[in-house]
Amino acid sequence: MRQYLLRRAFFALGTLIGVSLIIFVVLRILPGDPLVAILGMEGYAKLSPVDRAHMMKDLGFADSLPVQYVRWLKDIASGQLGKSFFRGDTVADLILRRGPITAEIGILAVIISWLVGLPVGILSAIRPNGWADGVARSLAVLFIAIPGFWLGLLIVLALLFWFGYKAPIVIVQLWENPWQNFQIIVGPALILGLAQGAYISRMSRSCLLEVIREDYVRTARAKGAVERKVVLHHALPNALLPVITISGVLLGFVLGGSVAVEQAFGVPGLGRALVTAVVERDIIVVQNLVLLYALIFVAVNVLVDLSYAWLDPRIRY
Amino acid sequence: MNDAQASVQPSPLGATVQASPAHRSVARELFAFARRNPLSAAGGLVALFIVFVALAAPLIAPREPLKADFRRMSKPPDAQSFFGTDQVGRDTLSRVIYGARTSLFVAFSAVLLGTTVGSLWGVACGYLGGRFDLMSQRVMEILQAFPDLILAMAISMAIGTGLPAVIVAIAITRIPFGGRVIRSVALSVREMPYVEAARASGASATRIMTLHVLPQCVAPYLVLATTHLGVAIVIEAALGFLGVGIPPPTPTWGNMLADAITALIPQWWLVLFPGAAITVTVLAFNLLGDGIRDTLDPKLSPAVLRLVTGAGRSGPARAGQPREVAAS
Repeated sequence: MRQYLLRRAFFALGTLIGVSLIIFVVLRILPGDPLVAILGMEGYAKLSPVDRAHMMKDLGFADSLPVQYVRWLKDIASGQLGKSFFRGDTVADLILRRGPITAEIGILAVIISWLVGLPVGILSAIRPNGWADGVARSLAVLFIAIPGFWLGLLIVLALLFWFGYKAPIVIVQLWENPWQNFQIIVGPALILGLAQGAYISRMSRSCLLEVIREDYVRTARAKGAVERKVVLHHALPNALLPVITISGVLLGFVLGGSVAVEQAFGVPGLGRALVTAVVERDIIVVQNLVLLYALIFVAVNVLVDLSYAWLDPRIRY
Repeated sequence: MNDAQASVQPSPLGATVQASPAHRSVARELFAFARRNPLSAAGGLVALFIVFVALAAPLIAPREPLKADFRRMSKPPDAQSFFGTDQVGRDTLSRVIYGARTSLFVAFSAVLLGTTVGSLWGVACGYLGGRFDLMSQRVMEILQAFPDLILAMAISMAIGTGLPAVIVAIAITRIPFGGRVIRSVALSVREMPYVEAARASGASATRIMTLHVLPQCVAPYLVLATTHLGVAIVIEAALGFLGVGIPPPTPTWGNMLADAITALIPQWWLVLFPGAAITVTVLAFNLLGDGIRDTLDPKLSPAVLRLVTGAGRSGPARAGQPREVAAS
């Protein structure tokens, strides 16, 4: 087990180094001068070539690519992650300020997806092709198709029209004012959670149906166990493993989707910071935030793999 | 199954009318498909309709999508413009119709490019194996370590906005999915006796891959491509919505949503209709995709779902083995 853990962590680290290299290469082949992005075309034109070279040197873009890459790794190691072109504060500050809101949204979304998706999946599987199953599956198909950011816009509009309500758009941390903080995160979390819940209900339905057909479930029924116990105690634990796996994958949807959904709700989270940085071409911010998203995604998938080995005694690496 | 056998049966009419039995069997199979999957057939019809609208946009659209009309700004839906007009008086219906063009063109090209590159790569990985396969698996793992939308954002930022950039950005996010699925197909085909026979008779690796392995990958390729169309449409819309997609004034559904929320109090019709267009389109392609998946590979469908959604993407190739044991 420990050996597997070490190997898994080693592979994940390799993946992350590859990720950082790809981010670095992709962002350094950017057409256009970073100075144009910072100063605008006019400001750029006003500078003399000497000044330009000076600024490039100050920003660290004058060095060769390997030197720049190593400097980035050093910035990561120092925990400061480099500075934004425009705001003067470090990317680490930005993440500490905006990260908690996005993290809350992501965690709440995962909780909602399980709370909604699993019961619905079980209900569907108990009477496959019944009316409840039909309704549940149609809703799942619908929720998978609806883009979250659009649903978010509709909800924001509806609340504004009918109740004149608008969620706070400033950063309010959980520890400052829990109620306001909840108002900020509940909308995005609900939408992301329901979209994932649709996948989870589908997956748990199909896995449960597979498991229910197995012999040991028939044995449980034959010895007279009540149906509720058969489904919840005997069948469900075995059906859950693939659902846990897909939940790790779905986190990628949440991470990516939250960027657009935050924009729709006007939530001042990390996703909006990323969008702003991409639009402003704030390379240092973009490279660190993209790396952070990938890091979380990889880490969660490692956890999913480990939980798998832990939950299923048949799996021993 | 029955239909497949029926279509293989020799035609009673003989060789004189060779074209007609083939035609009939295609029609019959489509009909049988519709009977088995009525929802998918409905999705297919809607998808066809949307493709038609996109192709015939200049004929259908009531007005010019880019023409501002300052006498009719921010009008709610009425008899003159069924979907209302935007802040500068452009007709929303026409823009939604033209938006179908961009969205479908981007989605089709991106999926075609990404899935094809991924599939060819997957065939090479599965057949050649060895160090090449190991390296490729690492690269695909790295590509899949990014959430889709975020990777697409970073790439389109790097190579510049515009139609080709967005297509390439979305296509790159699709490559590993094709690679993974087709690789597993190629791995199993590689061990088949007829491939071994080809190898024994001295065929080159390229020849075997193109003539013997590739044809076996057509069905999973089709399944992959249709399932990913919906995803591609959503990514394109999201990029537009975030302002990093195809630059305005080109009407795309995502751009229209982005335009709508620049107003202090967005107009409901500017939000409702473009988004509904995205939803209906994605729904139609997803339903069609589900039906195609069930038809081409009924046994595999939960497993394909797992592969296509990328479950188990992160683990090293070896870790995939016990997972399948557990799932079965």
